[in-house]
Amino acid sequence: MVQRSDSIIVGIVSRFMVPLIQLFALYVIAHGHYSPGGGFQGGALLGASVLLLRLTVGEQPSNLVFHKKYGTPMSGFGVFIYAAVGVAAMIGGGVYLDYANLPIAGMEPAALRSLGILLVETGVGIGVMATMIAIFDDLAKGDFHD
Amino acid sequence: MTDFFIGHIAYYFIIALLIIGLWGMLFKKNLVKKLIGMNILQSSIIIFYVASASKYNATVPVIDPRLGAINPAHYINPLPHTLMLTAIVVSVATTGVALALLIVIYKRYKTLNEDELLERMK
Amino acid sequence: MKLLSYILLLTFGILLIYAANKLPTRGHPDNPINRDTSLAGTPAASAHYIRNAEKEMHTPNVVTTILADYRGYDTLGETTVIFCAGIVVFLILRRQRDGSKV
Repeated sequence: MVQRSDSIIVGIVSRFMVPLIQLFALYVIAHGHYSPGGGFQGGALLGASVLLLRLTVGEQPSNLVFHKKYGTPMSGFGVFIYAAVGVAAMIGGGVYLDYANLPIAGMEPAALRSLGILLVETGVGIGVMATMIAIFDDLAKGDFHD
Repeated sequence: MTDFFIGHIAYYFIIALLIIGLWGMLFKKNLVKKLIGMNILQSSIIIFYVASASKYNATVPVIDPRLGAINPAHYINPLPHTLMLTAIVVSVATTGVALALLIVIYKRYKTLNEDELLERMK
Repeated sequence: MKLLSYILLLTFGILLIYAANKLPTRGHPDNPINRDTSLAGTPAASAHYIRNAEKEMHTPNVVTTILADYRGYDTLGETTVIFCAGIVVFLILRRQRDGSKV
């Protein structure tokens, strides 16, 4: 079981830092087309922000940010988004994961590919974030005193 | 001679890291230390790929209109970066699996020392 | 046994240093990894990616285009591996909570 930190400074500073980390993570995911970044990096940052809360302010307050029962389902949801974008490209008449054939009218193929990359990166980010949190929660649950 | 050394010193550092990782996996008796050695070995491989992607007088692989027409000599090789980007995250996940297995081993045998573990498994 | 392992490790290190001396200078633009054509004479992948990435998908970041579009299947597999790792950790440690022996 994860113990909350006793130090006031650690708790306050981490509570101040977590929204900034999450904002930066969303920037990394959304701006991944134009600067170094993307789904994997942003997802790792989002997961790390929630793990910081788990370690410093304890389990109950951090469950308000991301409840531990959502860890494994959300990681499956991230992979599902990725696969669903591929299937949507198939519905549009192309091959699997060919974003130029996404069924959205009035967009040229290059813009559709850009949109498809953004959707896929979002799925990867959700999957990586939820998997990191799920692995941490499962490991922290392993009780050593039996 | 100096040029050769400067061009290859990164490889020697990578070999040193790889040998440290292998040494940890071979000679340390604690399973957690073996896992740390495996992570060091993974890091050395990742650094090797990224080092092989470097290119002199080149910038990050983000297309910059100020550099004029697109010329591959202006941008470092993006392919090793992509491969290692996924490898880093996968290594985090596999480390999680290894730690879970270590928790189960500790619960069952009450030790993580290799010699004691082999003794108790008999 | 321990001596043998040390000798093996040392031999491996010397072999690696010998091989590293034969590697091309790091960062040279004419390295095989940076050329336009591979050693077999076929077009190399990375130069093609750099040339066509922005034209084909309006995305300046070449790493993102390779990750999500050119090698989309690869990334789908990696994401599945991460998901499977999460599931495996869940399954390994869930059996413990029932109080049953492993």
